[in-house]
Amino acid sequence: MKIHKYDTVIVGAGGAGMRAAIESTKRSRTAVLTKLYPTRSHTGAAQGGMAAALANVEEDNWEWHTFDTVKGGDYLVDQDAAEILAKEAIDAVLDLEKMGLPFNRTPNGTIDQRRFGGHSRNHGEAPVRRSCYAADRTGHMILQTLYQNCVKEGVEFFNEFYVLDQLITEVDGVRHSAGVVAYELATGEIHVFQAKSVIYASGGTGKFFKVTSNAHTLTGDGQAACYRRGIPLEDMEFFQFHPTGIWRMGILLTEGARGEGGILRNKDGERFMEKYAPVMKDLASRDVVSRSIYTEIREGRGCGPEGDHVYLDLTHLPPEQLDAKLPDITEFARTYLGIEPYTDPIPIQPTAHYAMGGVPTNVEGEVLADNTTVVPGLYAAGEVACVSVHGANRLGTNSLLDINVFGRRSGIAAAEYAQKADFVELPENPEAFVVEQIERLRESTGNERVATLRKELQETMDANVMVFRTEQTIKTAVEKIAELRERYKNVSIQDKGKRFNTDLLEAIELGNLLELAEVMAVSALARKESRGGHYREDYPNRDDVNFMRHTMAYREVGDDGTESIRLDYKPVVQTRYQPMERKY
Amino acid sequence: MATPVLDKVEAEAAASSHLITVTFRIRRFNPEVSAESTWEDFQLEIDPKERVLDGLHKIKWDVDGTLTFRRSCAHGICGSDAMRINGKNRLACKTLIKDINPEKPITVEPIKGLTVLKDLVVDMEPFFQAYRDVMPFLVTKDTNEPTRERLQSAEDRERFDDTTKCILCAACTSSCPVFWNDGQYFGPAAIVNAHRFIFDSRDEAGEQRLEILNDRDGVWRCRTTFNCTDACPRGIEVTKAIQEVKRALITRRY
Repeated sequence: MKIHKYDTVIVGAGGAGMRAAIESTKRSRTAVLTKLYPTRSHTGAAQGGMAAALANVEEDNWEWHTFDTVKGGDYLVDQDAAEILAKEAIDAVLDLEKMGLPFNRTPNGTIDQRRFGGHSRNHGEAPVRRSCYAADRTGHMILQTLYQNCVKEGVEFFNEFYVLDQLITEVDGVRHSAGVVAYELATGEIHVFQAKSVIYASGGTGKFFKVTSNAHTLTGDGQAACYRRGIPLEDMEFFQFHPTGIWRMGILLTEGARGEGGILRNKDGERFMEKYAPVMKDLASRDVVSRSIYTEIREGRGCGPEGDHVYLDLTHLPPEQLDAKLPDITEFARTYLGIEPYTDPIPIQPTAHYAMGGVPTNVEGEVLADNTTVVPGLYAAGEVACVSVHGANRLGTNSLLDINVFGRRSGIAAAEYAQKADFVELPENPEAFVVEQIERLRESTGNERVATLRKELQETMDANVMVFRTEQTIKTAVEKIAELRERYKNVSIQDKGKRFNTDLLEAIELGNLLELAEVMAVSALARKESRGGHYREDYPNRDDVNFMRHTMAYREVGDDGTESIRLDYKPVVQTRYQPMERKY
Repeated sequence: MATPVLDKVEAEAAASSHLITVTFRIRRFNPEVSAESTWEDFQLEIDPKERVLDGLHKIKWDVDGTLTFRRSCAHGICGSDAMRINGKNRLACKTLIKDINPEKPITVEPIKGLTVLKDLVVDMEPFFQAYRDVMPFLVTKDTNEPTRERLQSAEDRERFDDTTKCILCAACTSSCPVFWNDGQYFGPAAIVNAHRFIFDSRDEAGEQRLEILNDRDGVWRCRTTFNCTDACPRGIEVTKAIQEVKRALITRRY
């Protein structure tokens, strides 16, 4: 075991982690621990753009953006946070441009902007061009630009280090972050990082679904590490299903395709979104479009022999426009489906895309131990966190924005905290939990296999807690997950070595997914209403009287060691906007 | 919307959803077990429209958990899974079984020129060091920083568009015979990333980067074999970019 000491430790090197690192490295001695090489993160898969009311191509302002964000989140958004997001968006985009990001340009040389789902002029009048973009690889360009600037600033990375435990020490009755425990993939060695402040920027949990746009590595490691140490998880029942994933594969096809004029059609060629969202049509918010697609499929108007998908039609757009604005996604269609998007429509289905919920934080990125109490020294930003700027449904282009605004904020806050704080003592045997977990898996002779359990988890999640949910389906999922968690105790691995043991890490990642899936399902069961990404067929309406509140899920361990989930609730921060019926 | 085409797509989808038997012939190496690397064959049932990465996962998940490779996004964006498939550098997640003749064994090896650490995993550090050495970041003089964005014409932006696509997968660099023979050579990927800034109208460190690449291990080592362009999973015209850097060194115009 090795012990390291840093002022600030950042867990994850995607957009949020690297944006935080650029700030914290200037102010404090910082280490970035990342389970992948920095440019491998899934920020790079984001395509369509980053929202900011620059008003470069038409009238726009941050207040309209705030409203759209609040409405898009079905009023579960904390409005103070949404206002910060929309206001700081403008500087966040300009900062990236100054760092070198090659945005597409207007004829007069300013940053070009395009339409995106749910973003509107003057509180819903018509779509507005608010998304700043670099072709359909905006996330790739953000990730590359941030890494380039990390190289420039001399940010210290520990690549292929898996953070497996969060260390907490009680000082004068207050639980402080003391550091983290990491596993080095190359050697199998355990590293304890003592740090004054820790920022989680470790991304989402999408891999508990089968059809997902998420990378294999998005297994909720940060959420699980915090949750196991008593940090609650907020709004985990809210998961976004992106309307246009490649049929069966789930690979993302950007909403920018519809922003450029793409149209969704059913088997009769009908532009069905006109029925569901007369104003915004194909550019309604993602939850609305995904439900509409599944409604078409359920009512027998889906395409293909099994009627299990619909089409994204780009054939009426000029090939030059597709080449210039959507080169990557048209290539995906050619590579993975053998389809030429100039002439053929692309088969799509909704794909599990984004966790609105996560580790609760305030607007400085400080993690909350309950509805109000900050955990000194602990921060989170990006998809792992829940600020909450996305509420019940995130708008497209608001996540690339979120990672930049709140990555920056948490980087500054964590470093400034480290400048004035002292190290807190490490707990006794800080590595004990990780060592025990690894030894148990390595020595297990059980007869369960990681791949089997993961497949069963993904299938039950797709079948029971996807776009449409009922009490019955969620209960089925809860029972199945409990069974899988029991069987997980008998999981064994084949690779017993120390060097690059990805067999071992996949087993640990599955444990994280199972734990988080359970929190998600239990939170969904208790929310007896429909709001944003959480749609209950047995409770099809939003219920502001009983459920205009955030879910807070706590892990409880009884005296006999049995685990359970305790649900509590947190009020939503409302400033300017009263909840209204949500129409697009 | 052209309905007849739809029918064709559907029909093809239905017709080809059958499994075939293929052999994966994989170069194995684990110094914890043996100092020698060996070939190992695995037979599996797979839909020919699946990816080579899907085949590797089937082996790892169902047959041999010790098989080790890097991967993340699984659709050609993250750059983790460059490997040598049937003798050519490709991304395993962007290569469909049907496109590489499944009649014969599919050989899978680590990319060349970088130290193999285990199975298909290589030491990427020398690759990233070469990248860092070319100053891969925008350099501007702070004297008159605008309050808004810097202006750039669409034409100036287009000038370096191709080289912004790089995902740092190392498929190009590890396909280069010069790099195989002399690990000191910067390699195509580093030059591509230098190109991305040298030809960016906003950047003011072109001269410095050109001097770095004027070094004996710089662009002049390139023998224009075009392996890099063939290998690039992003379709970047790598050799052309290297030629443009060479020309800029001669003319000092860029």
